[in-house]
Amino acid sequence: MSPKTQPAVPPQDPAQEPLRVRPTRRAFTLASVSAAGLATLSACAQSQRDEGGSGDSGGGSGRDTFVFGGSADPDSLDPVFASDGETFRVTRQIFEGLVATEPGTTDLAPSLATQWEASDDGLTYTFTLQDGVTFSNGVPFDAAAVVANFERWYALRGIAQGEDLAYYYRSIFRGFRTNDDPALGESLYAGSTANPDGTVTVNLTRPFAGFLASLTLPAFAMQETGAVQAGGGNGADGSDPRQSAYATSGPVGTGPFTFSAWERGQQVTLKRNEEYWGEKAKVATAVVRVIGDGTARRQALQNGDIDGYDLVAPADVETLESSDFQIQNRPAFNILYLGINQAYAPLGDPRVRQAIAHAIDKEALITNALPSGTKPATQFMPDNVTGWNEGVTTYEYDVDRARQLLAEAGQTGINVPFNYPTGVSRPYMPNPETIYNAINQQLTAAGITTTPVAEQWTPNYLGTVQGTTQHGLHLLGWTGDYNDPDNFIGVFFGAPTNEWGFTDQGLFEALANARTVTSESEQESTYQDINEQIMTLLPGIPIASPVPSLAFAPGVEGYTASPVQDEVWNTVSVSDS
Amino acid sequence: MLTLVVRRLGLLVVVLFGLSLLLFAWVRALPGDPARALLGEKATPAGIAAINERYGFDQPVWQQYVTYLGRLLRGDFGASINTGEPVVRTFAERFPATIELAVAALLLAIVVGIPLGYVAARRRGGWLDNLVVGGSLLGVVVPVFFLAVILKYVLAIELGWFPTSGRQDARIDATHVTNFYVLDGLLTREWDASWDALVHLVLPALALGSIPLAIIVRITRASVLDVLGDDHVRTAQAKGLPRAIVSRRHVLRNALLPVSTTLGLQAGALLSGAVLTETVFSINGIGSYLFDAVTQLDYPVLQGFILFIAVVYALVNLVVDVSYGFIDPRVRVS
Repeated sequence: MSPKTQPAVPPQDPAQEPLRVRPTRRAFTLASVSAAGLATLSACAQSQRDEGGSGDSGGGSGRDTFVFGGSADPDSLDPVFASDGETFRVTRQIFEGLVATEPGTTDLAPSLATQWEASDDGLTYTFTLQDGVTFSNGVPFDAAAVVANFERWYALRGIAQGEDLAYYYRSIFRGFRTNDDPALGESLYAGSTANPDGTVTVNLTRPFAGFLASLTLPAFAMQETGAVQAGGGNGADGSDPRQSAYATSGPVGTGPFTFSAWERGQQVTLKRNEEYWGEKAKVATAVVRVIGDGTARRQALQNGDIDGYDLVAPADVETLESSDFQIQNRPAFNILYLGINQAYAPLGDPRVRQAIAHAIDKEALITNALPSGTKPATQFMPDNVTGWNEGVTTYEYDVDRARQLLAEAGQTGINVPFNYPTGVSRPYMPNPETIYNAINQQLTAAGITTTPVAEQWTPNYLGTVQGTTQHGLHLLGWTGDYNDPDNFIGVFFGAPTNEWGFTDQGLFEALANARTVTSESEQESTYQDINEQIMTLLPGIPIASPVPSLAFAPGVEGYTASPVQDEVWNTVSVSDS
Repeated sequence: MLTLVVRRLGLLVVVLFGLSLLLFAWVRALPGDPARALLGEKATPAGIAAINERYGFDQPVWQQYVTYLGRLLRGDFGASINTGEPVVRTFAERFPATIELAVAALLLAIVVGIPLGYVAARRRGGWLDNLVVGGSLLGVVVPVFFLAVILKYVLAIELGWFPTSGRQDARIDATHVTNFYVLDGLLTREWDASWDALVHLVLPALALGSIPLAIIVRITRASVLDVLGDDHVRTAQAKGLPRAIVSRRHVLRNALLPVSTTLGLQAGALLSGAVLTETVFSINGIGSYLFDAVTQLDYPVLQGFILFIAVVYALVNLVVDVSYGFIDPRVRVS
């Protein structure tokens, strides 16, 4: 009822109505109206969410919007300057690389490049490009565009070169055309050429076995460099390129979705790319809603506010499954380990490290402290990475053997500091406090006592265990970025570090050489040997590869969880069910 | 009346100047380094130096303040270190969410609180009065945060009547003109969007409005009781004036003066309460932004936002003071 049709003051005759009754009646009316209003409101709210902007694709009950709950805002929409999962979740929908992964695996698959060929010396890669692809602003994607992207990365200067920004470019390519940071060396990139036949040749200064696999990283996706330039996306004026107009409101790629809006702290909205060269998206709109708290994400899914979310707490998996929500486990592509600092006196003795290894019951630890489906680890990489060694030396759970080794080393009754982080949940370590407690109990049972050193993850847990020598045992792990063994053991043991506190030139050199091996079979056997070398040295104890989980509403179909989070939403459909 | 307004505005300028100085000192006394907070775990010395130079953090603090004040006088509140966006623009985007929530909560408190307080006073000692007084006590003692969690759990998660979070359903493609979502829907004739925004407001407004509601109920009740005993009311009743007129002109009008004072004070409390409510319901108002600014040591945002809030708070209280004049002519004269 509009206010105009309502009489301003209802005509009343006070003489006909006992005075004291009216307030009660009014109160009653107020209460009834409020209750009715609340009920109507809720009913409408319910029906509206049920309709959810009913869809135009995929049949009558299909919805045209897929809403995913993310845990934080993206850092920026330019993936070159990002290294976090929430940024890549969004940019993977907008941009594509030359090479992708087969859905659900870490195997290489064609993307903007249909095929590629490497020279025997591993210094030249030639890519054949997909025909008929255009960027979402209408600019054609061709060999020149690929060259422009490589040249853009190579030419970054100043703050844009920082490890905090161009993290992946630095870790793969190791240097720029002009290095502003003395820590950098000669770039792996030597130049690239757009060939007359439409192919692209990329030259490297030295062979790198992980080159193709590294191109699956979202940081190396192809962007429309004209739009980047126009939007100030290279940080050429000394500004932070993550804050440029391009990186906040105008990213241009070839992916199945195009950027629509970014309401900071709330959501990023993507629209179907109607001109997409591949399988067009089933939903017209995809939204990443930002819900920082894990419990709030679960509640939003249960309420129907979102259709799916990531980083499901292990404790929520059962609750959700029992109420018909779908749980998808990402194939584990991570490793949780117990780090040992050999620079800390008794830990330099291999017998002490072996004793620790024998003292840990990984199966019991997984049952008590890690999500179901977690695999115990025998080496510092998950079993789906090239170079995983089936016959590697293992240290079975044996408390007596542990005690015996300690006695042989003359270290009975040792006490070592044990660092673990608090206030954090990582895919490889969903609940560090619980894991610490479980390991600590097992060590105590074998006669190794520890002094707990708990530290907040932010700001400085990593600073302590990686930046200083003042630690003994510690909990840490790693999630792989792409399928290359160097991305695991090369990162851990490629050079002397404060984290492990040992120097083993043989191992360092073996890893440096392995990086340049180009034949896949040779790479496999080289890394198998190195894994054996590492497990004999026993710098730490690989514990397990926990499986991270995603949750979806019953009507969501076509989502394939990827071990490297290469999840593109063009195949996703949502229906009421 | 005009003199009052001018004098108060003049005082406001002085207060803001003092506040800006205090804020500047306080924000810079916070532990940590904004450049490191921005660049993260992998920050390089060169990157940190670049950020410090760009934002002038490498200069003496007094010089930074003079520069800041100079910009402030030109209406430039600076840009966020974290996002690069001008503070004023972010404020324009975010503040409507908080205001919308605070207004909804306040409206709820007024529309329900004043009649309830009035009714309770009229039925003093009766079961309704006891219920209202008891209920309002509960309203005051239950923390907003706790109530918000309970409301969300019962009405959103268990019963599914309301959404659990946000300002609008992500599936609604709404146009935003003013960033007041309810208003935007009306302006653009997207009724669905407006309605959906309203539905999203219900639980947060209930939670946030609980304390002002309880306070208003109690103040109104006490004030009405006070006025009811006054001679002029007795006289008016004795003259045989209709009850409705006595209630409106003689009782409510006089009783509302202390209520309006309370409303002014509550406006400030609502803004701070909104921070907690926004967190529970994932509403991206100023609360969550301020929280991020503190963790990221985003100096320009912290300074700008707190100054903004001070201005808003001062203006609300000015409006309240002026409104006295309309409610009670004696204030106008003095």
